Amino acid sequence: MEAGTDLASAVVLLLNFVVVPGLAYGSQLALGALGITLVFGILRFANFAHGDTMAFGTMITILVTWWLQSQGVNLGPLPTALLALPAGILLTIALLVITDKTVYRYYRHHKAVPVTFMIASMGVMFMTNGIVRFVIGPNDQRFLDGERFIIRARDFKTMTGLSEGLSIKLSQGLTIVIAIVLVALLFWFLQKTRMGKAMRAYSDNEDLALLSGVDPDKVVLVTWIITAILATIAGTLYGLDKSFKPFTYLQLLLPMFAAAIVGGIGNPIGAIVGGYVIAFSEVVVTYAYKKVFVYLLPVSMEPDGLLQLLSTDYKFAVSFVILVLVLLVRPTGIMRGKLL
Amino acid sequence: MNNSLRTQLAFAAIAVLLVIIGFAQSWNVALGIFNLCLISAVMALGVNMQWGYAGLLNVGVMGFAALGGMSAVLVSQAPIVEAWDASWGRLLGAAVCFALTIAAAIFCYRKLFPGRQRALALTLVIILGLALTRIFLDPAISSIESIEPAKTGFLGGMGLPIIFSWIFGGFVAAGIAWCIGKVALGLRADYLAIATLGISEIIIAVLKNEDWLTRGVKNVTGLARPVPYEIDLQASNWFIHLMRWWHSGSLTRLNEVEQQQALKQFVIDGSSIFVKLCYTGLFASVLIFILLLSVKALNSPWGRMMRAIRDNEIAAGAMGKDVTRRHLEIFVIGSAVIGIGGAMLTTLDGQFTPTSYQPLRYTFLIWVMVIVGGSGNNMGSVLGGFLIWLVWIEAEPVGVWLMQVGTGWLDENNAVRIHLIANAQHMRLFFMGLVLLLVLRFSPGGILPEVVRKQH
Repeated sequence: MEAGTDLASAVVLLLNFVVVPGLAYGSQLALGALGITLVFGILRFANFAHGDTMAFGTMITILVTWWLQSQGVNLGPLPTALLALPAGILLTIALLVITDKTVYRYYRHHKAVPVTFMIASMGVMFMTNGIVRFVIGPNDQRFLDGERFIIRARDFKTMTGLSEGLSIKLSQGLTIVIAIVLVALLFWFLQKTRMGKAMRAYSDNEDLALLSGVDPDKVVLVTWIITAILATIAGTLYGLDKSFKPFTYLQLLLPMFAAAIVGGIGNPIGAIVGGYVIAFSEVVVTYAYKKVFVYLLPVSMEPDGLLQLLSTDYKFAVSFVILVLVLLVRPTGIMRGKLL
Repeated sequence: MNNSLRTQLAFAAIAVLLVIIGFAQSWNVALGIFNLCLISAVMALGVNMQWGYAGLLNVGVMGFAALGGMSAVLVSQAPIVEAWDASWGRLLGAAVCFALTIAAAIFCYRKLFPGRQRALALTLVIILGLALTRIFLDPAISSIESIEPAKTGFLGGMGLPIIFSWIFGGFVAAGIAWCIGKVALGLRADYLAIATLGISEIIIAVLKNEDWLTRGVKNVTGLARPVPYEIDLQASNWFIHLMRWWHSGSLTRLNEVEQQQALKQFVIDGSSIFVKLCYTGLFASVLIFILLLSVKALNSPWGRMMRAIRDNEIAAGAMGKDVTRRHLEIFVIGSAVIGIGGAMLTTLDGQFTPTSYQPLRYTFLIWVMVIVGGSGNNMGSVLGGFLIWLVWIEAEPVGVWLMQVGTGWLDENNAVRIHLIANAQHMRLFFMGLVLLLVLRFSPGGILPEVVRKQH
């Protein structure tokens, strides 16, 4: 084969197995990390219940999706889950507002230390996890319907004549598009609206904001509402892309925390950057590069091993190592968040 | 209410609960629960040292418990001679390379000036060193794992009695905790929590995937026991005599044939209770030993210093206390205690299954024990360990029973009813969260709050 097509094949291979999955996973992490970072910026604690909030929102969305499917409603090529999202978001908002009123408000009014909030969020995590497992069970649930792919690997091959195919799942495309729209909306809200400015002021200097007439209860309420929207959408997109299992969502907590801290906790742009940094490092380090080098190198230099730096089971280790490195080298995170 | 009276009442309540379980379900069940209560109490003591004495938020309890479990395997399994023969040279090479890498990295870190050059040199040394280590390690691993993979496929252990693993597990957990503490303890509470959460996940990932070390997800079953086996007891004369003596009252009332039948049943039931009692004795002695040491330590000048650091780090630092070192010290000690608990748990289970380590059960449940029992109070942690484990276990049958009663008006085959009863067991997570939040809100000190000593 010619050198040109070999190079193109190698690029397509990387696109297919590294770039596209990394972008999709990174968007999901970024949306999750945004929720964590907002709660940290406004309420000043690391929310351990966030993974389970995502699971709760996704669960409601799944239940409504199943109901819609049984009624024969669908969105054609798009997954029905998109239609069910508003219901999931509404109930998640209700859940978060109720937990705030019953749990966190007391500690806020008593000026409790952040650690107390964290332990309280562990309690909330247990309760939410219990509800999710009680209602939908601990097993894998699939709720994806509609078209599966935007581009299929086989179609791509016949279209371009390359020996490697590029496949983009519809859920991956949706994830990226929705993430961009949501982030744009969020930044518009934070920068341009009165409420958004009040939130930023409150996060920056609580006392000064209160003196200027910012209503703290309203700021907190809006924070929880935004967190619920982000968490439900992030959870649903992750569930569509992979699958829904309560335990997986608990495990997502670590990469999301890592993303928020690596980017700079309390800083929304940082959460997005952090999400992609964590996602891409996980994918890049755990991908087996053998095939790429088979295309790039002459036959005589073909590698023997898989050329995989780490087995996929160690992806947690990757996010953690990055977290530690950032904490040691630049404790405020890449985008200069708050120093804890 | 006076504090010691409160303690006595609380423990009396636990004893009554266990006796009720003994009569209502069986003594076998009650003892089984009590054994796990003892282990939970040990782990809770470890967390209490870190959180209650020093205010360190360790959310990696699961990892240290798993390290203890791993050492149970490494101590008690017989060494696989073929695997060692096939790989010892390369393993030695890998170990030497790894040690040299660490040494070189430390040398670079200490001798070079901080800056971009040092970062570059460090990265290069670490990457090169690890690559070199893998050149030796990869073939060693594949040669180990190829030896009878269905039966062994790992290096095996030291072939010592499993009881030594409780000490060994403590040391392994302490060693790892020292490495973690060196890196993570400079961080504030929030970061430390997230860092330890990450480390526990990594430890589990290693135990799941490094087949040459622990067989990974293939599990190690049939670990040797520190106590006799039921089957041997049933065959031994002294035990049959013991049972005949113990039940002599009820036996004399029966005729010859019935006596034989009844005695046989007594021996079978008695053997499993006897085994559980042996475990109870072992675990209780460990718990009492650790508890005595903790009480001594907490009341000593050292304990006073720890509490001073917890309550005001800056003031303690200004008084000349080395805060970071003391934190490292207590982090290592607490983790060692958790490791001992983990080794005891694996000993009781008789098998090591890395997939069974889940953060809700092994990290957050222990936290609930400490908070509910009373952080900073050793007796409180023990009580929390007992109480929460009892509730955790008994919530399952009680939850199912409640659901059955609550949905009794529905049809037997009603889908909702079947779903509710099948999933009732998950409600215990909900109740645990509820208990934690209620205690945190209305009695932040826990059931047995820390005793605040006043200077006179």
